[in-house]
Parts: sequence; C-alpha cells; structure tokens
Amino acid sequence: MTDGVSDIDTRDDIPPVEVDARGKACPVPIIMLAKAARDLAPGTRLTVLATDVAARYDVPAWARMTGNHFVGESETDGGAIALTVRLRMA
Amino acid sequence: MQRSRVFLDAGGSAPLSSRVLDALQAGFADGWADPARLVTESRKARGLIDGSREAIAEVLGVAAGQVHFVPSIHFAFERVIAGVAQMRRAQPRIVVSAIERDALIHAANHTRPHGVESVGVDAAGHLDIEAFTAAIAADGVALAAIQHANQEIGTVQRLDPVASACADAGVPLLVDASSSIGHREAPKHWDALVAHPADWGGPAGVAILALSPQARWLPTWPEGDDWAPGGVSVPLALASAVALQEREQDRLANAGHLGALVERIRATVRRLEGVEVLGDAYERLPHVVTFSCLYVDGESLLSELDREGFAVGSGSACASGSLEPSRVLASIGALTHGNVRVVLHPAVTSEDIDRFLAVLPVVLDRVRSRLGAPRIQ
Repeated sequence: MTDGVSDIDTRDDIPPVEVDARGKACPVPIIMLAKAARDLAPGTRLTVLATDVAARYDVPAWARMTGNHFVGESETDGGAIALTVRLRMA
Repeated sequence: MQRSRVFLDAGGSAPLSSRVLDALQAGFADGWADPARLVTESRKARGLIDGSREAIAEVLGVAAGQVHFVPSIHFAFERVIAGVAQMRRAQPRIVVSAIERDALIHAANHTRPHGVESVGVDAAGHLDIEAFTAAIAADGVALAAIQHANQEIGTVQRLDPVASACADAGVPLLVDASSSIGHREAPKHWDALVAHPADWGGPAGVAILALSPQARWLPTWPEGDDWAPGGVSVPLALASAVALQEREQDRLANAGHLGALVERIRATVRRLEGVEVLGDAYERLPHVVTFSCLYVDGESLLSELDREGFAVGSGSACASGSLEPSRVLASIGALTHGNVRVVLHPAVTSEDIDRFLAVLPVVLDRVRSRLGAPRIQ
C-alpha cells in the first residue's frame, strides 16, 4: 500500500465535514460546498446535505469539473440527500 | 446608442425570413377558402396545401401522401404513440432514450403508464446502442422512440444501428426529428417521423408527421385516418414549405457559416473558468452550442444577458420555471445549474458573436460575485 492511499484510509476514520444546504436552491448548495472546500486539507471528505433535487446531479458534476472525487450519495432520515466528495490530494 | 438585439434562442422558434412572411401573406390572400369544399376557391386552397406537402416530402425523401400537417409536435407524438400502441396492444412496453423531449415521454407514459422503458446515454448524449438493442429484442415492445438530434445539447444520434435493431426486432420506430430537419439531412429509416417548421424558420402553430408505407396504427380517436382534424391552415402549411425550401437551398452554406460561429463559441467558452461545453464535439447540429457554468443560476445568467441585448435559452430548473432540472443535463451527468443554450439562425452574424463573447465573461463574473461565489481554483 502506498503512502498516499494509507493517508486516505486514515482520513476515512474521521467523520466527513458537513455542509448543511437544506432548503437552499441551486446553485447555493454548490457555492457552499466550494467555499467549505477552499479551507480544508487535501483528501478531506465533505458531505453536503441538500433538499434541492438538482444537488444530486450538481455535486458529482462539481467534483468532476474541479478535479475532486465524488464518493457517493445516501438518503438521510429527514428526507434530505447526503452527497459526499473527497477533496483532491494536490 | 441603443444596440440591436441578438437572438440566440432559435431552437423551436426561429425568426421568420421575409420570404416566409411573404408566403404567409400569400397563403391568406390566395388560400383563405376552406380546402375541404368543392368550389374553385377551395380547389386553389387545396392546391397550395398539396404543393406544400410535396415540397416537404421531397426534403424528407418520401412520397407526398406520407406527409401530414398536424397542429403541433405534441399532437403528433400523442397520436402516433397512441395509434401504434393500439395496433400492437398485446405489446405492453415502449422503449425511449433518456433524453427524448418531455412531450414525447409524457405521451408514452400516458399511453403505457407502467410500460415506458428509458435507455441511457453516455456523457456526450449518445444512446447506449447495446442496451437499446437488448431492450427492444425482448418480448412485448409496441414501439421505440429515438430522436434524431437533441434540442438541448445538439448531439446527433447514430440512427442507423437503431433502425436496424428495430427492423430486426420487428418494432416500429418513431424518430423525433423536430430539431434537425432544415439543419441536417433527413434520417432515412423510420416508421414515423416528426418535424417542426418553427425550428427551421417556419411559422408556429403547425407540425409535420410523416408515416412510412409500412406504418400501422389503429385510431383511438374519432377522426380515423384524418391526422388534421378540423383542417389544415393553408398559410401555415405554405409558409412551412417555403421556409424549408429556403433552408434546404442554403443548408450547406448555413452549416458552414453557423458551424464556424459555434466553433468559435465552443473554443472561447471552454477557456472560461468553471465552464463546461456539453454535447458531442463533432456529431452534432451545426447551429447549437450549450455550456454550463459553476456557481451561477441559469435564471440570473439568462436575464442579465437579456438585459445586455442577447436572448439565450437555459435547461436549468430555475430558468425553465420547473422544479426539476433538465432531464437531458441530468442524463449526461452535466452540471444542471448555470446552463446556457445558444441556438443560432442564419441571420446571426460574426459581429453578433464577437459581442456576445465579449459580454458573456463580464456577465458571468457579475452574477458570480453577486452570489458570493468562491474564486475558482
């Protein structure tokens, strides 16, 4: 296992940083995500909570367009979507 | 000095040329009589419709009798899907691409409430031919519907393998060519084809339905084989045909002129930060270009550009007045916000595009800073 991968694995033990964009319409959730991402260390995981259906498409598209990684999505108990990304290493 | 407006939202509603306006006027002057009656005035009106039908049939490469004027593309989708499905009522499924028009999907869902199967597309908008072939090879497919070109991203489908898969499976194929006729050569293999005069510079309020001699349907409506219940508007039919002839005559020149402008837009926009150009770079309509911009809403972008004198379209939810983002953008995995759709028409000039490309980055920055968007790293 390379150092880079073990770095990522270690970070998986830390709960992702949460961005609560519930009730916000596009493109605000993506702007909140990008602002939060700016101040965080490479490799950090970030989870966006959103109720706007567009976020489901726009978070993966944001990750692709900015060179970050989209990890996955899940439903929360409150009916929001939780979308997780991992910030690029460099 | 007030600068003239630049109309870059011509998809499905292109400005009418002077020849088309003249044809409309001639249609009212010479074709006002009811074409269904037997008197001389009516025969004249009927002659104008027949001539228009022949002109359109020639462009589509079919016999005049196969071409019908209908009230709208919605009407054409509804009637064809309902009629073919009724003929094949033992077959419960309808197969469509994920990026067909909403009107077509609604018509399919209405006809077969639980039987519509949507086949995915790749990031450029091309149908997954393998999945499509498998979907129609299975039992119980009444009809397949695949568009010729996409109205939002301009990608042109590879219809030859689609048509041969349908022929092999014995499944009738409906081709929505409402964004391509007048801009590209007409597709050759289909059972039903829908085209839209307003998209090629003809008048609004009329659409074209072409049926192959093999097409079979059973009417679920009272008018039988009459595809234009209540009659055809002579001026609309005539102006549609004149507009199509004009576009066909200039098609290669238009594709060259508008294609070069689209190339310039694509090349310039691609260099802007946080902007992605969508659709296939080569297999596409010559006059359509679409891109999505990070950190802006389509509505603000569209209204700011409108204030600056440029009319564009957008597939973003907030701009289209719908809660759901564009199914097309979602299906190709594109950013659904900040979407801008530019659809050119032959009168757009190189200077228009120079001005548009000068204004666009300024407007983009303005909307981004108003929304407090971060700097793009």
